[in-house]
Amino acid sequence: MYMRLIVTNLSRHRVRSLISVAGIAFSVAAMLAVITILQGAVGMFSNILSSDSQIIVFEKDVSDLFFSNVPVHDAVEMAAWPQVERANPVLFGVVTSGSQPIITCFGVEADDARLKKATWTSGNPANFGSDENGVVLGERAAAFLSASVGDLVPIGHARFRVVGILKTSNGFEDGGVFMPLKAAQNYFHKEQMSSAITVKLKNRDDAAEFKRRVARQYPEMVALEDEEFSRSYSQFRILKATAWAVGGCGLLLGGLGVANTMIMSVFTRIREIAILRAVGFSRAQIGRLVLGESIAVSALGAAAGLLIGTVALNLLKAIPALHGYVDASPHPRLMAVVAALALLTGLAGAIYPMVYAVRVRSVEALRFE
Amino acid sequence: MNNTRNTSASNAPVLLAEDVWKDYDNGAVPVLMGVNFAVNKSETVALCGPSGCGKSTLLHLLGGLDEPDRGVIRVNGTMIDSEDARLPLLRHTIGFVFQLHNLIPDLTLEENCLLPAFAAGLDKQAARERLRELAARTGLTHRLGHRIQKLSGGERQRTAICRALMNRPGILLADEPTGSLDEQTGAQVFDLLMEVAAMEGATLLMATHDRGMARRCSRLVEMHGGRIDESVRA
Repeated sequence: MYMRLIVTNLSRHRVRSLISVAGIAFSVAAMLAVITILQGAVGMFSNILSSDSQIIVFEKDVSDLFFSNVPVHDAVEMAAWPQVERANPVLFGVVTSGSQPIITCFGVEADDARLKKATWTSGNPANFGSDENGVVLGERAAAFLSASVGDLVPIGHARFRVVGILKTSNGFEDGGVFMPLKAAQNYFHKEQMSSAITVKLKNRDDAAEFKRRVARQYPEMVALEDEEFSRSYSQFRILKATAWAVGGCGLLLGGLGVANTMIMSVFTRIREIAILRAVGFSRAQIGRLVLGESIAVSALGAAAGLLIGTVALNLLKAIPALHGYVDASPHPRLMAVVAALALLTGLAGAIYPMVYAVRVRSVEALRFE
Repeated sequence: MNNTRNTSASNAPVLLAEDVWKDYDNGAVPVLMGVNFAVNKSETVALCGPSGCGKSTLLHLLGGLDEPDRGVIRVNGTMIDSEDARLPLLRHTIGFVFQLHNLIPDLTLEENCLLPAFAAGLDKQAARERLRELAARTGLTHRLGHRIQKLSGGERQRTAICRALMNRPGILLADEPTGSLDEQTGAQVFDLLMEVAAMEGATLLMATHDRGMARRCSRLVEMHGGRIDESVRA
């Protein structure tokens, strides 16, 4: 009977109910899309750092890795530690080129795992580093720079010769430029410096000991395991917080829509509520009725929103410029959290109408027949 | 049980108003002024009087839909002075029939009638059987699945009677139940009300302007200016 009463009331004002469902749906879709895209971007940036490594070492207390300075000889020293299999210095930089506002530059050594793991569509990996002026482009960077192997391309204020083009599934790498570390140091005026050292251990169980040794030996540095880095890196935290805040604002608006619908629903049904009270409905039963309607609107909105969000992400993924940046498959846990937030928003929106409804006095509404 | 709250006894009135006062708009509209009134078990009582004399208000107070400013309302000996006392009253003891049917238009006849049983948490199957019995008695069996908008005025009021009787209340309160019907339909509804009240063994208290109907009740009580008019009490 509860369901019947809920469905009856929602279908009585279909347009109003649909607008309310749409409000929640678009809020959920926006939240899902924004957070998924940002999580995808964060994940991809993390992957760049953790490519075939478990630990990243960088300058303590910097707000952004681009500002981190780690002497390359530290990497050489670490590589000699018994628990370390490999320690690679990486220098990050951002430049503009022509109509491209941002191109990420990776200053890496010739034996860097990123170069080895990628699929080279042209050029020879063995040539990387032999020419200090030779760079390797990601496939998307090559496309927007209209460059082929052998071409001279403008990267910021200088020109470099393309010695290879590689394809990766990572948007940052695919739209980026790989320079020999030495060339990158010269270009960014960071002689003998890198932004971070990526470390692969012989045995992952040695991570705690490695971190302790870094803290002891290099007090100005910090060593974090990949998951710790993703969790604690301030830029990621700002991005995630922004995504949740933007999504939260959307949901708040959706919740206000539900509140408005429920208030209208209660105000236009005072007499009906009075009738229900007169036939024996308790205040709690009336409250559950209003709450049930709100949950139904929120649940429908959440379901529609998850669907719209997933479709939107797939559409975004199909845009070439976003290739590699958009993760089209939202994490189930994120979907559950967003859906739960939508339901909570709906419940919050139902509080005032519910309180109003349970206070309706039958006699007041029925007296004026 | 506290004696001041429950004076249940076999010969005690089922409905009792003791020195009941009620006004609206913070005293600007006095409606009931010291009403003393009792209805005994299985009586059919007509409450007559001009519009605004307080008939409906007295019915609402006796049925637990409202509370007096002063005075005491007892139903089956129990003082009705709180939500805890009113809720079981509305669910099990009293059935209301209003002047306008007060049914939910988007629900079917069956759904409307099942509302009191649902509110009281009665067994669904038993409630449906009860409804079939009442529908047969009121000639509504063929209309059970119809929405209220599709029913005639008489059918709506008969539906309201069915709903009022769903939970087998011992007391039926009817507030001008034929007031919105034409003469012929009104007479049919009144006949039905008297008949089912008798068959169910229910006490009937009915506010009405129709003297003819009132005279067919076992007792007629006049109200004037918020008071029971003792001079014409029948």
